Amino acid sequence: MPRLLPVRAGGNLADRVYGAVLVMFGLVIPGLFVFIVLQIGESALPAIREFGWSFLISSEWDPVAGEFGALPFIYGTIVSSVLALVLAVPLAVGLAIFLTELAPRWLAGPVGFATELLAAIPSVVYGLWGIFVLVPWLRDAVQRPISDALGDSIAIFSGPAYGSSMMAGGVILAIMIIPFISAVSREVLAAVPAEQSQAALALGATRWEMTWQVALPYALPGIIGAVILGLGRALGETMAITMVIGNRPEVAVSLFAPGYTMASVLANEFAEASSELNLAALMEIALILFGITILANAIARVLVWRVRSKRGRA
Amino acid sequence: MSISLRDRRRRALNVVMLGLTGVAALLTVVPLLLIFFYLIRAGFSALDMDFFTRLPAPVGEEGGGMGNALLGTIVLVATAGAIGLPIAIGAGVYLAEAGSSRLAGVVRFIADVMNGIPSIVVGIFVWASVVVTMGHFSAFAGGVALAIMLIPMVTRTTEEMILLVPPELRAGGLALGFTRWRTTIGIVLPAARSGIMTGVLVALARIAGETAPLLFTAFGNPFWQWSLNAPISALPLQIFHYAISPYEEWHDLAWAGSLVLIAFVLAVSLAARFLIRSPYKNG
Repeated sequence: MPRLLPVRAGGNLADRVYGAVLVMFGLVIPGLFVFIVLQIGESALPAIREFGWSFLISSEWDPVAGEFGALPFIYGTIVSSVLALVLAVPLAVGLAIFLTELAPRWLAGPVGFATELLAAIPSVVYGLWGIFVLVPWLRDAVQRPISDALGDSIAIFSGPAYGSSMMAGGVILAIMIIPFISAVSREVLAAVPAEQSQAALALGATRWEMTWQVALPYALPGIIGAVILGLGRALGETMAITMVIGNRPEVAVSLFAPGYTMASVLANEFAEASSELNLAALMEIALILFGITILANAIARVLVWRVRSKRGRA
Repeated sequence: MSISLRDRRRRALNVVMLGLTGVAALLTVVPLLLIFFYLIRAGFSALDMDFFTRLPAPVGEEGGGMGNALLGTIVLVATAGAIGLPIAIGAGVYLAEAGSSRLAGVVRFIADVMNGIPSIVVGIFVWASVVVTMGHFSAFAGGVALAIMLIPMVTRTTEEMILLVPPELRAGGLALGFTRWRTTIGIVLPAARSGIMTGVLVALARIAGETAPLLFTAFGNPFWQWSLNAPISALPLQIFHYAISPYEEWHDLAWAGSLVLIAFVLAVSLAARFLIRSPYKNG
């Protein structure tokens, strides 16, 4: 990307002031970042001191007794997000391939726009739809038939069909992250040099062989980046999943059982924290959630940028 | 000419796999259609003038509206814009001008990473830093939380839009003897204006739909309120409270509120897409 002239020292006074003001604006963002880490870290300190590492592996969450373990929330966040990825990645990458390689212009435009709209729908609206449409449908059309057919023979499909469940959380997250994954995947697939894909076609490859053997391997780091970006979104998603996952702080193997996520427990219990320690425990959950999502986003950014800059050189 | 078995298999695989990508596309569009179908079906019937002009009715009473929540969303988004936009646009100009310096690289990276901070964490940060300091929930705190969501988004789009301005324009300004700041303020920014406006509109629409950052900052308020120093309601907050309530009438209002929210977000997105188009951006 062509850069403009660098801000240099020197020049007249007005320009030096201008350069300094710009740097100050630029520094607001890292400053804010550091401030967030320090503020939440400091608030979480009492819980970190009190529980140490056991906070991460204890599943005891009892504000009345002053017992706080984050495992059910960490478990719920990870399982719901992984479930979302399992559902979303094939669909999102499939959609991206469809839009870049297959769809004629008149179709690619509207379909691409429709998926952009999915990304623009507020989380709370997904949640509302989840409560009144998705959850009842999952209960009656998916969970009950599976229950009737399998009984409790498979652990992840065992137990009563409540509707509000880890499964509902995973499905709503999947719907929400598909647009992000497919948008970035589409971008990196479009960055595959035309010489390479056309060479494959000229050698007699079918369109699918060209996609599978040439385009996808080239775009793979970027697609992995897109997937991790989607994972970051899923991990931190709050409103929609809080409204459908059932909010029960237990580690349950069954996807039919209600679960709880880190973001959900913050949304539900933060305002009602009953003691200093309770508040600090919630702050520590916020800190963990912050750390995980920052890590996911940083990795995703590096991967996506690598593919994009390859295009710049080609 | 006969086609070998192997070739036939390759062609079959080609058709099947490409067909599957079409199925994937279909499956992703279906939820969108379903969401719109239910929004319109359940939302329209509950939508009337009262929705826009009246306060929420107590449980069991007929009617009522979300006028205060609409006002609250306007106040919150305006506050967030007033706080966040100058910083974001300034930081965007910085990134475009400072280009490839190491510091700019760090700022760019952190801005991208901050784009993915969970919105609930932003809410909790603002609770700890602003609400605790002020001693109470307030529209101001809500505005700060939304501003933190806004800044990374607008910073990056501003940078991208400025970089789309042909370098010759800037070179021309400098060659005529303009100082650097006058070149930027007088020539480059006006040239990038429509693109920056698009980014701003999209970001404002996005934060208007945020709920989680407001839970412990703006908090909600059942009355008409426009002071920055007191708790205030917002459309997404009200939708959330109504959706998880056990009352049928409130569910209807939640659908109506969602329909209004979506209509607003889509109108802004469409406006950004079709009305304001950067002359330097193709497509």
